Amino acid sequence: MSSITTRDVPRGFSAQEYLTCLTGIVWREGLRFLHQRERFVSALVRPLVWLFIFAAGFRQVLGISIIPPYETYILYEVYIAPGLMAMIQLFNGMQSSLSMVYDREMGNMRTLLVSPLPRGFLLFCKLLAGTAVSLLQVYAFVLIAWFWDITPPPSGYLTVLPALILSGLMLGSLGMLISSGIKQLENFAGVMNFVIFPMFFASSALYPLWRVQEGSPYLYYLCEANPFTHAVELIRFALYGQINWISLAVVAACTIVFMIGAILAYDPSRGLARRGPAGGEG
Amino acid sequence: MTAPAPNAETHETPRPEAAAVPALSINGVSHAYGARRALTHVSFSVQPASFTALLGLNGAGKSTLFSLITRLFGIQSGRVAIFGHDISKSPGEALRLLGVVFQPRTLDLDLSLTQNLLYHAALHGISRREAAARSAELLGRIGLADRAGNKVRDLSGGQMRRLEIARALLHQPRLLLLDEPTVGLDVKARADIISHVRQLVTEQGIGVLWATHLFDEIMAGDDLVVLHQGKVLAQGQMTHVVAEAGAQDVNTAFMRLTGAQTMPGGGA
Repeated sequence: MSSITTRDVPRGFSAQEYLTCLTGIVWREGLRFLHQRERFVSALVRPLVWLFIFAAGFRQVLGISIIPPYETYILYEVYIAPGLMAMIQLFNGMQSSLSMVYDREMGNMRTLLVSPLPRGFLLFCKLLAGTAVSLLQVYAFVLIAWFWDITPPPSGYLTVLPALILSGLMLGSLGMLISSGIKQLENFAGVMNFVIFPMFFASSALYPLWRVQEGSPYLYYLCEANPFTHAVELIRFALYGQINWISLAVVAACTIVFMIGAILAYDPSRGLARRGPAGGEG
Repeated sequence: MTAPAPNAETHETPRPEAAAVPALSINGVSHAYGARRALTHVSFSVQPASFTALLGLNGAGKSTLFSLITRLFGIQSGRVAIFGHDISKSPGEALRLLGVVFQPRTLDLDLSLTQNLLYHAALHGISRREAAARSAELLGRIGLADRAGNKVRDLSGGQMRRLEIARALLHQPRLLLLDEPTVGLDVKARADIISHVRQLVTEQGIGVLWATHLFDEIMAGDDLVVLHQGKVLAQGQMTHVVAEAGAQDVNTAFMRLTGAQTMPGGGA
């Protein structure tokens, strides 16, 4: 019987096994998303409310000058569309983290974590799956916005895709990092107040930063330092077939930092290890 | 339930005396949550093709132990090995050989039975075709083949447990851990699950660690580990443990063992 140990257990994993695992996790996340129609509807209604109501009301208040990547005067709706695309991903990233806390409380997370594949890879798959779901939401929004005269060049729908994947990964790994620090589901309201709202409002999503600078230089610096601003700008430029290199660098760097942080936080010998079922020390 | 084991041809009839490497070995494992000690120097092993009952009251440390074996928590001190593979040093090899049924339900309620099984198979890198074949076979063995496309939400508690056991067997593990799997089930469902798991031991030579606080789930031939306040108070064959405690049955033996331990000054 001792031969079981050596003969029956292959060392390491083949590329095929990694791929099977990745597609399995994305497939399951997609299925779950399809089963939660309310989540899809609310993910869509939120930016549309901003677009149809807020932007319409603010159109007259805020004048937008010609700033890159735009080549003409644009309507306010056109300006905030990329910000709303990023907002969808921000909410989705935080919602995925909410579901991870939920999964951990309910035990679903355990099924994932007892997989023999390396844990960092499992979490990366989970992030990719969350990003894929956010892409579905963003493209549904962009489709509706098109009827609202938000019409970037047709090629923009393609060039924005890599930007959306990167920003989705960044916001998803930020959510995952936060979720590792949340002990209970109820604490998620705090995430809304302390993460989502400040990130969204202190960014270039709703107003161009030069206008912010006129009002408050300090807020301007805060906005410049906000990774969400760079996610928005990355998407904005990509939507018009351009690359904002600074934003690309910031988003890429933040993605790497947040992802490593999240993977370390879920490493049993570090993060979760110190938290027991009864809470223990943080 | 009478179908032959799916992987019977790859394993000769298990002979306990030939089992040099234990299915599970736990050596000097201690664990603390902050200042609170949950496990103190726990050591025992589970042999292949054996049914080992881990008996302890709620809060004895059973779930902590399960979390350590399944690598949900890091090991603070001591060593856990599955068929000789250290869970900290080579988790991939160790977890491949391990199937787990956790105490809380861990199924996706909105997905179908088959979808739940396919997801689990994917997590183990089992190809879709292979996974579909194994899922169909296992669903047949637990008598749920005709429900394959139904949502898990529509199943009864006992059926869900059987599905979870089938899921834990999907990647053909050699060691199966079950954490109080019969809690909340009616008498019939309990009996079904116990006999199913015992069948796995005798027919497929799987080593089973069965955590419970229910004395009547333990039989004379089983190995028994008594865990109380994070310490192993007794271990060995059930009849020996009972005899050494000078008792007639497990119930009395347990009371005697733990009664002595909870006296003032016992420490924890």
